[in-house]
Amino acid sequence: MSRRPGPAAVQAKGWLAAHKWLLLRRASQTLFLALFLAGPLAGIWLVKGTLASSLTLGVLPLTDPLIALQSLLARHPLHVTALIGAVIVLVGYMLVGGRVYCSWVCPLNVVTDTAHWLRQRLGLRDGVVSSRNMRRWALFGALAASALSGTIAWELVNPVTLTHRALVFGAGAGWAVVAVIFVFDLAISRRGWCSHLCPVGAFYGLVGKVSVIRVAAPRRAACDHCMDCYAVCPEAHVITPALKGPRPIILAGDCTNCGRCIDVCPQNVFAFATKGSQQQGEFVP
Amino acid sequence: MTRQTEKDATSRRDMLAGAVRTVCGVGFFGLGLGMLSRQAQTHPATTLRPPGALAEQDFLSACSRCGLCVRDCPYKTLHLADVGQGPAPGTPYFIARQVPCEMCPDIPCVVACPTGALDKSLTDITKSKMGIAVLVGQETCLNFQGLRCDVCYRDCPLLDQAITLERHHNERTGKHAVFIPTVHSDKCTGCGKCEKSCVLEEAAIKVLPPELALGRMGSHYRLGWEEKRKEGESLIKDIIDLPDRGYRDGTATPYGGAAPNASGGFKEFKP
Repeated sequence: MSRRPGPAAVQAKGWLAAHKWLLLRRASQTLFLALFLAGPLAGIWLVKGTLASSLTLGVLPLTDPLIALQSLLARHPLHVTALIGAVIVLVGYMLVGGRVYCSWVCPLNVVTDTAHWLRQRLGLRDGVVSSRNMRRWALFGALAASALSGTIAWELVNPVTLTHRALVFGAGAGWAVVAVIFVFDLAISRRGWCSHLCPVGAFYGLVGKVSVIRVAAPRRAACDHCMDCYAVCPEAHVITPALKGPRPIILAGDCTNCGRCIDVCPQNVFAFATKGSQQQGEFVP
Repeated sequence: MTRQTEKDATSRRDMLAGAVRTVCGVGFFGLGLGMLSRQAQTHPATTLRPPGALAEQDFLSACSRCGLCVRDCPYKTLHLADVGQGPAPGTPYFIARQVPCEMCPDIPCVVACPTGALDKSLTDITKSKMGIAVLVGQETCLNFQGLRCDVCYRDCPLLDQAITLERHHNERTGKHAVFIPTVHSDKCTGCGKCEKSCVLEEAAIKVLPPELALGRMGSHYRLGWEEKRKEGESLIKDIIDLPDRGYRDGTATPYGGAAPNASGGFKEFKP
């Protein structure tokens, strides 16, 4: 069990600067939810639908590319609206980072982050640890099930869209799924859902392999090995290449661009950058 | 592979255990998902799909469960299914007895659908097939009792087309008529207004999904009269005209000869 990250950064640069990206991220998650909820709650229909498919301001169609992919595998020729929507979303995440979906949009992120925070507070051990590859198998399984059964198979159980639907349409049983995920992450497996099992995350991780915006370590020479970034990162294995590898940048698709490493680093080692900006060799601080 | 044998053995064991764990996990996952998708394909007969919905199997391959059709339904007819409610979770449905489809001429739900799960080629709402009404309660329907309730007939948006009143003899009284509400499957859209308006405590007329309502003949069945009509003549030419039985009297023999007598060829019956 790693130590609780944060205090050093708070001391070095103040509470606000040490939580900047976390706060921005929570603001983004709230904003996305607010956009979807403004219609049903206040009658302001900026965005209609759910994360599965939506229509913004009556013109911009967006569709989850994973759902579109499953639909195509189930041999349904998608209507052009959904195809355009899926391509827009896909290109968007290719620019800002695939798993930006996970850390900046997905409603379950707050749930699993809270579970992890509580787990750290309670000093719980890691619990059951499954392979991070499990989620890729789950993704493969979901796609195979779609192709074989001729249905959009993962959407039958997908906790992400289930939660979002529960929030936007007020379905009752969705909350049970949220509770199960929370308890699973808290009591059974550390970062069990988002970092190990979720096939949606695995899909966006694959999208993220080509993404343009990355977390870089331009001041990695200043690193004093306090390990706070490793402790705070939901996908800690992505950091090592940036600190020790040939290029001071995180290139793994697993990175969610959550920016917490930037927050908790007292030495300001990390910063957001574009893929091409951090070239070979040491970037002198 | 120059490490110590012991370490190799442990890592091999770990790897095997990991592989088994992965296979088991994926197996359970796949099995669970497979069972769920099988179960999702059988949805209850009382839950109807929106206008233009593809056949259930195709619908489940197409619907992204976004709820845009629900949002654009002006009468709040449509709902998204909750987990365990019957239809696949998140898919749109309506229950005719609660809120039937009002058959908007511009069909906003179909227009809203981004994936084509609600078929865009449906532009005339009277051509939709959300279901087909079936008068299941033939022992409770008031018209069957000889009364003139007629509410389902009156409330049908395709009056005198989808439901007509057919006059039959009242077998109970022996001297009156009954007017039986009769659904015509080629016209009925399955909007559910009849089921909603049925005055009984439990509706005698119910909208069922088309495949359930209509039944299905074996695909190899051919109706002789239909085939004859299509062909313009009998399909079997030069049919051998086998002798008719019953020509037992002297005027006609079974094997040709004399013509049948005046009483149609049968021996005159005199008790």
